[in-house]
Amino acid sequence: MGLKVVVDMNVCQDHGQCVFAAPEVFELDDNGRLVVLVEEPDESLRSSVEDAADVCPVQAITIEG
Amino acid sequence: MTSQRVVIAGAGLGGLRTAEALRANGFEGEVLIFGDEHHAPYNRPPLSKEALYGEISHEKLAFRVRSTATDLQWRLNDPIVSANLDDHTITLASDEVVSYDALVAATGVSARRLPIPGPPATSAGGRHVIRTLDDALALRESLRPGARVVVLGAGFIGCEVAATARLLGCEVHCVAIDSHPMIRPLGIELAAELQRRHEEQGVIFHLGVGLTAFEGDEHVTGVVLSDGTTLAADVVVEALGSRCNVEWLDGQGLDLTDGVLTDNALRVLRDGTPVEGVSAVGDVARFPNPRFDSRAWRIEHWNIPTDTGRRAAAVITEHLSGSGSDDVAATEWDVLPAFWSDQYEIRMQSYGMPGLADADGIRLLEGDLTGECVMGYHRGDDLVGVVGLGMLKVVNGYRDKVGTSAWVNAHTTS
Repeated sequence: MGLKVVVDMNVCQDHGQCVFAAPEVFELDDNGRLVVLVEEPDESLRSSVEDAADVCPVQAITIEG
Repeated sequence: MTSQRVVIAGAGLGGLRTAEALRANGFEGEVLIFGDEHHAPYNRPPLSKEALYGEISHEKLAFRVRSTATDLQWRLNDPIVSANLDDHTITLASDEVVSYDALVAATGVSARRLPIPGPPATSAGGRHVIRTLDDALALRESLRPGARVVVLGAGFIGCEVAATARLLGCEVHCVAIDSHPMIRPLGIELAAELQRRHEEQGVIFHLGVGLTAFEGDEHVTGVVLSDGTTLAADVVVEALGSRCNVEWLDGQGLDLTDGVLTDNALRVLRDGTPVEGVSAVGDVARFPNPRFDSRAWRIEHWNIPTDTGRRAAAVITEHLSGSGSDDVAATEWDVLPAFWSDQYEIRMQSYGMPGLADADGIRLLEGDLTGECVMGYHRGDDLVGVVGLGMLKVVNGYRDKVGTSAWVNAHTTS
C-alpha cells in the first residue's frame, strides 16, 4: 500500500505550516484555506509529509501507509 | 557489543521528537524517556484556548508517535532527580541509577507562581496556573458564566485565558506590571491595538500595577493591587511566565542561569566546552542562533521542541556512531522561531524574534492595524520578525525573509 495523506478538516485551522514542509502536497488557496493537492503522494515525499504532520499545530494530519 | 542507550529527561514534545528523530536516523539502541507527568506527550497550546470551553481529554491532545519510532521505553510519572555527567548516570526519585551513552535535557518549564502568601496555591484554593492538562481541567471547572476571574499577567497565556474566560461569560480583570498587554514581544503599536480589542470584548485591564496580597483563607476571595485597588475574585489565574526545570542538573558545573546553555549543536556546555554526550532541547535549551546574532536565547515557541529535537538527534546519532566525525555538529543551524495565538476571532501568526526589534523599528507592512495587518520588526535594516493579525497567507510570505542581512544574503538563492 502506498503513502496516503489524510487531513481532518474538522480539526484543521488553516495554519499552513504543512505547506512549508511539503509544498508539493499542501497549499493555501486564495482565501487562506488549506487544500491537499495530492492525497497519495509518491514515496519519495514520505519524509516531507511526515514533517508536515509533525509541524501541524493542531495535529490534523495523519499519514497512512 | 552492548546496546547503546539514550536517556531523555522529559516526556513532552521535545522528548518525543528527539526520540522519533533518533529512530529516523537509524539509531537502534535503547531510548528511555522519563517524564514527571502521568500523561504521554500531548499538545499544550490548546490548554489556554479551546480546551477551556470545549471537550478536552488526553486522547484528543495526545501526539501521535511516528510509526517508525518503535521500541521507545516510556517511563511516565518517573522523574529524574539528579544527574552525574562525569559518570554518565542519572538518578530517579526511587533512587534507581540509570547509565547513558547520551543524555537529553528536555525537562521544559513550569508555571511561575507569585511568592506571596495567601490561600492554598491550588485549584481548590481558587489559584490556578496553566501548564499541564490537569491544570486546564481544573480551571475549566471554575470558569462558569458570571464567575469573577482575575488573570495575573498579560503575556500570551494570560491574554488567551482572558479571551477564553470572556467567551465563557466570566467577568475578567487582567492585572500586569507592564504598560500594555503583550508589549514585550510585540511592541507598543500592536500591544495597544490588542488591548483595545480585548477591552471591546469586556476585559478590564489594570496595568502598571503589581499584586500585593491575596484575600481569603481556604479559597481566594480577592486580590489587592499595588495602587490600593481591591478586586473581588472567585478565580485567580497566575500567568506570570515560567521557571526552567533544571534543578536535576544542579552541581554539574553547568550554566543554568536561564535554562541550559548549549552550543549551536545543542550540546550542553561546561566552561565553554561541550559535556560529552549531553544535549538540551525545547523550552529549556538556551542556544545561539546565527540567523539573528551570536547571543544564546531560550525560546518558548511551539516549533522549537520539534526543530531542536531533530537537531540534537542528528548530532547524537553522529556522536554515537563512533566515526569520530563532528561534521553534523559543525554545520551551522539557524532555526526560525514561529508562534501563533488565538484570541477571540483574531489569529496571530509570527515568524522570527520580533522582540529583538529597535524601539523605532516596528512598521506596518501590510493591511490596516485596526483590521487585518502584518507588522514588520526591524533591527537596523534587518527584518528580525513579522507578526500578522489575520492575513495568514501574506504573513507566511514573509517567513523566508526573516533574519539578519548577513544570514539572508547567505541563504537566499534566486
